[in-house]
Amino acid sequence: MSKTYERREFLADLVKFPCATLLLGVSGPIKALASAGNEYQASEHNYAMGVQIEKCIGCGKCVEACKIENDVPMEPYYFRTWVERYIIYTDGEVSVDSPNGGINGFPPVESDKDILRTFFVPKLCNHCENPPCVQVCPVGATFKSQDGVVLVDDDYCIGCRYCIQACPYGARFLDPRTHTAGKCTFCYHRITEGLLPACVEICPTQARIFGELDKLSTPLNRMMRQSNIQVLKAHMNTEPKVFYSDLDGEVR
Amino acid sequence: MKSGKIPNQVLQVGFVFLLVGTSMILVRQHFIPESFGELGHYRADAVGVIASHEIQFAGWQACMECHEDQVAAKNNSFHRTLSCETCHGAAAEHASGEAEEDPPLPTGRALCLTCHRYLVSRPTGFPQIIEELHEPAKLCHTCHDPHDPTPSERPESCSGCHAAIARVKAVSHHAPLDCEVCHEVAPEHFLRPRSNIPRKPFERAFCGNCHAAGVDTPANFRGVDLTAFEVPKVDQDTHGGTLLCWQCHYQHSPEAR
Repeated sequence: MSKTYERREFLADLVKFPCATLLLGVSGPIKALASAGNEYQASEHNYAMGVQIEKCIGCGKCVEACKIENDVPMEPYYFRTWVERYIIYTDGEVSVDSPNGGINGFPPVESDKDILRTFFVPKLCNHCENPPCVQVCPVGATFKSQDGVVLVDDDYCIGCRYCIQACPYGARFLDPRTHTAGKCTFCYHRITEGLLPACVEICPTQARIFGELDKLSTPLNRMMRQSNIQVLKAHMNTEPKVFYSDLDGEVR
Repeated sequence: MKSGKIPNQVLQVGFVFLLVGTSMILVRQHFIPESFGELGHYRADAVGVIASHEIQFAGWQACMECHEDQVAAKNNSFHRTLSCETCHGAAAEHASGEAEEDPPLPTGRALCLTCHRYLVSRPTGFPQIIEELHEPAKLCHTCHDPHDPTPSERPESCSGCHAAIARVKAVSHHAPLDCEVCHEVAPEHFLRPRSNIPRKPFERAFCGNCHAAGVDTPANFRGVDLTAFEVPKVDQDTHGGTLLCWQCHYQHSPEAR
């Protein structure tokens, strides 16, 4: 005997189905929202930094903040970020200086020659897409994390210095206390908490912009769309993720 | 030799292989960390260790919770791009309430000059000063509010423009006298200086108000009590002939008698 579909049942189902589908549809975003609040999902991020050369005033506050935040030795040989001053004279000579990484600012220019162009260039680890330092590490102590940040495992690093040799940007150093490689982490402990890296937080002119590379509506992507963007040593095919706007051709 | 029995030499080699194989597995297990290879060719636990580093800079949003007025003022001023901790230093400990001391209140000129000292490499248009010429004896915050550093439309004092004169006068016998004691300055001078030039004294009698023999040092000369000072007196009828006072004496740094 076949069951007949009563009109009453049909009407009840007519109400039930849309409600159920609606609930299913809504539950997804609700779960995503709830998890976004509590737990950091590394695979959902891809971080990068933008540096606006025309805004940097060479105050060195970023260098100081970085050293304080990340407990970098204060001696003038160890930097996770530093500021360089480029002076291009009319006769074509290029002078680059970075006294103590620029942590105390810069002295006045002493040369009597005519200056054609001069500007400051903040530098740091470029968190390359193809990091040479990761390739050469013999023990797997330096690695690119899921969110695109190149990190060093201090407990696993054997201090062989291969990565320091391999980095084309000179962004690494050997920490004299632990004898392990030190480098910029984009302040990994801050960004996973939703804060900005210390250098970005402290920059008085907002010359540094930190953010997501894969999301369109971020300050970083806005800056990259509207500026003339260069990276350092593009020919090395490291695919750096520190993007400079209006970088002079003389900058290496 | 019966067929089917494994020869002794094969067994011995097999035993050696087994020994080497198991010891390799054991050594590997011992030396390779547990989480190695979970996410890639690295120790996945290291990410958590790096992320657990202590935070030093709290961020300006944390300051906002208690110091709303100052942060709001700053965010509407030329210093809107600064973070509180750019000047006040790392304050995560202060923000969490664990610090014993408050963050430093920078008062010297050095901090402001870190950014505002003239350097040729700084971007065009960024406000910079030459520290020797711009009110060298004053602290920045006496004229500029650090939370709202908009330069005032009129100079706060004469020395803002006439720094060279102010420096000389500051160490002279005339140091206690304000500029307005001798110069009549119209308020418009501060807005349009060249079309409203202040008046200068033009006759010997003006200096004689204080310095003429037989005249008492005034207790209220344009609002200043001068009786506390030892004012040198000269007989204006005989001293200097027909010369005006400022043809021999520089009024901003008059010579000792």
